[in-house]
Amino acid sequence: MTAAGKTAVGGTVAVRLTGIDKSFGPIRANRDASLDVAAGEIHALVGENGAGKSTLMRVLSGMYAPSAGRMEVNSRDVTGWTTAQAIAAGVGMVHQHFMLVPTLTVAENIVLGRELTSHGQLDRAAAERTVAELCQRTGLVVAPDRKVSDLSVGEAQRVEILKTLYRGARILILDEPTAVLSPPEVEELWRVLGRMRDAGDTIILITHKLDEVMAISNTVTVMRHGRTVGRIATRDTSPSELARLMVGRDVALVGGTGPIPATTVAGIRRAALEVRDLTVADARKAHAVDAVSFVIAPGEILGVAGVEGNGQTELVEAIAGVRSTAAGAILLDGRDITRHTVRARGDAGLSHIPEDRQVRGLILDYSVADNLVLGQQHRFSRHGVLDEARVAENASHQIAAFDIRPADPVAPARALSGGNQQKVVIAREMGRDFSVLLAAQPTRGVDVGAIEFIHTQLREARAAGKAVLLVSADLAEVLALSDRIAVMYGGRFVAVLPRADATVEMLGGYMTGASGRAA
Amino acid sequence: MLPPIVALLIAALVGDVLIITYGQSPGAVYRLLLEGTWGNAYGLGQVLYKTTTLTFTGLSVAIGLRAGLFNIGAESQLAAGGFLAAIIGTWLPAGLPSVLALPVFILAAAIGGGAVGGAAGVLKARWGAHEVITTIMLNFIVLALLNYLVVAHFKVFDTLHTSDIRTGALPRLSDMMAMFHGSAANVVLFLALAAVAVAWWYLFRSRAGYELRATGLQPQAAEYGGVNVPRVWWQAMLISGAVAGVGGLNFVLGYKHYYEDGFATGAGFLGIAVALVGRNNPVGVVVAALLFATLSQGGLAVNALVPKQMVEVLQAVVIIAVATSVPEVRRVLRSVRKDRAA
Repeated sequence: MTAAGKTAVGGTVAVRLTGIDKSFGPIRANRDASLDVAAGEIHALVGENGAGKSTLMRVLSGMYAPSAGRMEVNSRDVTGWTTAQAIAAGVGMVHQHFMLVPTLTVAENIVLGRELTSHGQLDRAAAERTVAELCQRTGLVVAPDRKVSDLSVGEAQRVEILKTLYRGARILILDEPTAVLSPPEVEELWRVLGRMRDAGDTIILITHKLDEVMAISNTVTVMRHGRTVGRIATRDTSPSELARLMVGRDVALVGGTGPIPATTVAGIRRAALEVRDLTVADARKAHAVDAVSFVIAPGEILGVAGVEGNGQTELVEAIAGVRSTAAGAILLDGRDITRHTVRARGDAGLSHIPEDRQVRGLILDYSVADNLVLGQQHRFSRHGVLDEARVAENASHQIAAFDIRPADPVAPARALSGGNQQKVVIAREMGRDFSVLLAAQPTRGVDVGAIEFIHTQLREARAAGKAVLLVSADLAEVLALSDRIAVMYGGRFVAVLPRADATVEMLGGYMTGASGRAA
Repeated sequence: MLPPIVALLIAALVGDVLIITYGQSPGAVYRLLLEGTWGNAYGLGQVLYKTTTLTFTGLSVAIGLRAGLFNIGAESQLAAGGFLAAIIGTWLPAGLPSVLALPVFILAAAIGGGAVGGAAGVLKARWGAHEVITTIMLNFIVLALLNYLVVAHFKVFDTLHTSDIRTGALPRLSDMMAMFHGSAANVVLFLALAAVAVAWWYLFRSRAGYELRATGLQPQAAEYGGVNVPRVWWQAMLISGAVAGVGGLNFVLGYKHYYEDGFATGAGFLGIAVALVGRNNPVGVVVAALLFATLSQGGLAVNALVPKQMVEVLQAVVIIAVATSVPEVRRVLRSVRKDRAA
């Protein structure tokens, strides 16, 4: 996949947004933002979290009306149109969070809202036929008669794209489509998008992964603080230039582009965390985690790579104590904590950055200050009464130390951007005394600046002698930070290797089960 | 507090239509409603009496909802609290000073209501039985059981009530202010206000309240934060039931001094509406309890012009409007804003 296939810069204009303002109360998500997308190109829209990318695209797709500015699609003034009008004009958006009905089939989901009927009854056969044709035409292959609940994340995303195409979209907006995909699935997505572009469709790709921008797009628009700060042909730019435009200063990039920091495998003196034959049952009583054993030394980062859904979530949650174990033992600094409560594990020195901050990591309606003591509430109370003064003091200290924005301890966590929400979690879990850190997808959905910050924190924890279990779907992150790398597949560690011996290709093979040896 | 006010306006509008179709003038009916409630001390006393019971049941439901639990059982918890207090009251030595008797009564009522609520809580925490189902079932079981106990064992001949408690009866407001003469309002009102203050402090200042609200908002995050979620469930149901149970004292200690079968029928269910309109906030609950008590008492006052069921319809409209209007109102406002922007 290269960007050289077809450059359409200077061709006919598919989308032109000028001077777009969009405010939510006092917050100005977009100010004087602009976007020019040529017909038949893949246009990357990049920027940090909270830069206003998604807002601008929701304006374009009719979900929000702009406060000011002008919108043109195919040279027609469409300022402030509705979603229905946008869909009718062939503008469709594929959202970051899937909106599918799990109990319905692929075909039923795709035709939902525009069902094919005969004599007032749903014509299931016609729906499946239509969807099969659509699959064939686009190369997005999913069996139309499968239930959505049985699909993998990558397949579910294909269904979302098909749904949008079924409604006649010729200008397709994708909001961070690769956030949940494995490397082979990402490759497949690029192939499909490339084919769609070659067929004359226009694609706008919201992302903050710069390697994706370089790999697939023809043109890049960069946003910062709600404004458009640059529009460049992809071949004329570089990841470091884009990162500078996004953040407004120079940034150390992770993976691919820079030299990987030399790491030495710490000679295992003693185990900070030891897991023996840990087995965790899933809802269907199968083994989500199947007899996994490993040891992490103080000052070591063990990275766990793998396609999501291979037991990583269950492994971390079992160690953290929020999921029960079927067999095995967990030892923290030599003490058996297998039967400890979550609170006792925390008191014993275990910190946990959960993979889904919005479900587990934060109480979204609680203030930042209240969230900064979650899990520590017993340490911040006396005789059963929360010590408001100490909660406030802790908040102002952590907000400053971890640069949480806005620096407002009473703001609800819900009001923060994804990156700042994650900083709240990280401040709470790393801003206290701990010996072992479980970091599950620590940089998922956060912006480049926050990723850099979080990686620095993890490296500092390692330098301070903490043991870190890092689970990430992002191979570049695992490679950049780990001393040793384990690959999880089918609930087992199929490989554990020193960082120096690992390559992307090798890990990719283990991740997909193509190559495997019991660890 | 915008949505409840909107709900009230909607209810008034529906009321207008109903009253007009009945052939009466809305102005006259509403004037009568206000005169019969806030317009004289007796009416106000009756409103305050009903407010007291509704404050307890509203708090009960609100505490449950804060923990993410829908307690439909305040009806039977209220009755069980009142019953146990009355039975204990008939056993207490007659000379026991009120200062000593009052804590005994509060404890008895809390145990009566708490046992019923706690049972539903344990069923949920231990076996995952949904509290809506179990509290509805417990309403039937407990109310039938209390009816049996009164009829078969405790009633005074030819009545459906127990004999009088032997000590600890609390003064009515009319004992202190003669203008309230004849009304049922009594000093349990101040107990209700104290319960409001304690509930607010418990929910928003204590560690247990922090964990209870966390459980109600995001149980998985609470679990992550070291909260024993099943324990919060049964404790919240226990407290919720106990608060409803203490509401029984309004009748037993403050008004009639005995337990009577069906003494507060409907007050438990109305507590659900009170909690919803009060936004599960203890202070909001008092305001909502006043509103529903006014409507309830007002229904009697307007009986001369329209059937009192008409006011019950109004209550129902307020409940429905509150239950449904909140997102609706927001959506309407949003589309208005969008139109203006476009």
